[in-house]
Amino acid sequence: MGLSLEGLQTRRVDPGRPLLEVEGLVMHYRIKAGDVSAVDDVSFVVHQGEAVGLVGESGCGKTSTALALLRLLPANAEYLSGEVRLNGEDLLQLSEEGMRERRWKDIAMVFQGAMNSWNPVYRVGDQIREVLDTHFRGQLDIDTQTGHIERLFTAVGLPPEMVDRYPHEFSGGMRQRAVIAMALACSPELIIADEPTTALDVIVQDQILKELKRIQTELGMSILYISHDIAVIAEVTDSLGVMYAGKLVEYGPTSEVFSRPRHPYAYLLLRSTPSITGPRRRLAPLEGEPPDLLNPPSGCRFHPRCPFASEQCVVEEPPLAEIFDGHRVACWNYEKVPELEMELVR
Amino acid sequence: MTAPAPAQTMPLVEVTGLEKLFPISRGMFRTPNEFVHAVDGIDFVIAPGESLGLVGESGCGKSTTGRMLVKLLDATDGHIQFNDGDYQRDVANVSRTEIKEFRSRVQMIFQDPYESMNPRRTVFDTVSEPLAVHKVGTIPEREERVLELLGLVGLTPPQNFLFRYPHELSGGQRQRVAIARALVMNPRFVVADEPTSMLDVSIRISIMELMTELADRLGVSYLYITHDLAVARYMCDRIAVMYLGKIVEVGPTEEILANPRHPYTRALLSAVPIPDPKIKRTPVEIKGGISKAINPPPQCRFIQRCPFTAQICQENPHPDMFNVGEHHYTACYRTNEI
Repeated sequence: MGLSLEGLQTRRVDPGRPLLEVEGLVMHYRIKAGDVSAVDDVSFVVHQGEAVGLVGESGCGKTSTALALLRLLPANAEYLSGEVRLNGEDLLQLSEEGMRERRWKDIAMVFQGAMNSWNPVYRVGDQIREVLDTHFRGQLDIDTQTGHIERLFTAVGLPPEMVDRYPHEFSGGMRQRAVIAMALACSPELIIADEPTTALDVIVQDQILKELKRIQTELGMSILYISHDIAVIAEVTDSLGVMYAGKLVEYGPTSEVFSRPRHPYAYLLLRSTPSITGPRRRLAPLEGEPPDLLNPPSGCRFHPRCPFASEQCVVEEPPLAEIFDGHRVACWNYEKVPELEMELVR
Repeated sequence: MTAPAPAQTMPLVEVTGLEKLFPISRGMFRTPNEFVHAVDGIDFVIAPGESLGLVGESGCGKSTTGRMLVKLLDATDGHIQFNDGDYQRDVANVSRTEIKEFRSRVQMIFQDPYESMNPRRTVFDTVSEPLAVHKVGTIPEREERVLELLGLVGLTPPQNFLFRYPHELSGGQRQRVAIARALVMNPRFVVADEPTSMLDVSIRISIMELMTELADRLGVSYLYITHDLAVARYMCDRIAVMYLGKIVEVGPTEEILANPRHPYTRALLSAVPIPDPKIKRTPVEIKGGISKAINPPPQCRFIQRCPFTAQICQENPHPDMFNVGEHHYTACYRTNEI
């Protein structure tokens, strides 16, 4: 596809430099029945130009983590501790006004189902213009704005003349592309993409993920992907964190985690993921259900479902400890987790 | 042109020329002259005990097909021959009075376990409803049957689940209840429309295993509708790929995955992400997004997006199914050249 990123700001990437540092983030939701411990002591770093993934099942806290980074949490959420530093500045200490200035400009977001959040009575281009108006009030004349929005459309594979169209004239995939165009509008350093392609068909998903990858590498951006889809995360990220019941249980380079997962949950998650390539492996189901976060299990939150659990796991919570360079695991018995075996069926 | 079943026994379901058109209304008093060709003349067979996967993107007509097979929708045209022992009928034309008998032999499992169950009714009410509709057994007998099925679908101990309401169950447990409800009448044929796509990976596998195990044990055939080819690989003996109301390729699952012969199947397979960062997929480019099925032109449905379009495709109607291997058929004029 003849996409052009021409005219968009390109950053020089210093690969080892941290862009977003999340440290010891703890966040609860207050509900009538008590405190739901949705994000519990989550720490990770997104480096410049890096694509990081957070993967886990529904209710594991991955979306809550994303919302917490952006300070877009509902009123009953409470930060208990932790820091979220973007280029060294703690976002949790900013005023509401200060945070508003960072959103879209420094961190943009592409949310799950965002394609359905377009206002049906305004032209798509005008809705993107609002973002520009907010951050560059009076600095850009209308023609410059229109030119910029058309370039954004080209960058995400939409015909530039579509800027004057209304959302109902876009297909689902096109609407999601337009959401990505809006996220790129102010050349942010970081995009948080929460299930960016979940409702889309597989061919459209593939096209959009490829464009995101291209935008990320060519413009020098970082992307934090949040997804339940392990295959998508495997393909688009450099590093990945596996979340379970509000905890980050494993974090490391994507290739390493996939070839040798060390946390029992990550291991079982990979063993239960079907693939269309390679030999037909036997899939292993994960027994039991995720815990109730109002009363999380003692010790390691995964121990009731864990085939490798020992007595220590019931009483003592394992820290997220570095076992190899850049590969961290929160498990007392990670050495017991075998290699991913290739047991074939039929 | 009909693809024969791999087994030489009489097929359980034999679909020929099945068609469903939805008129597009342009005002109250006008006769509609535009139609969505949701399902546009398809043929397939399902052998007893076989599981046929129907895959394709949203809007390709796979759910419409499933709904016609269980008579939730009436076909516009075509035949659905259903052969279950001495019950042998073309159910596409079955009358309203006879439909009840047919419905005791087929069932459907829906995608969304949160919406396919009445929130005010207990698990017992939900699972025993087909028995009540068909006036099978006394209430204690029904209770016994429901307990048996709850055990079968892994809701143990079954007594604890009998009088629970849907909101007291997790998504996976609800889907187990839906499976129990589908099996309570001992059907020969079950249409499963994306039964696992709302579930988390870890729960998905146990539901898939349960469905396979029950099919083997009870001799049930499935039409398994899904958009997820990786899931289809584990659930289906054969796969039929649908595009804009047509079946474009059908064959044994591993054969389709290893050796796809239709350009659309190739594009679809090449777009599926692989849960292994070491493997890089080879891209297959196709043009544009999915087209609309409103009064489609007579040529091949895939013609606008196909990278291999040639004169033969322009000048001829939508191709018939060609045999390209053992039990492997595809609807493409140029399949031997690509």
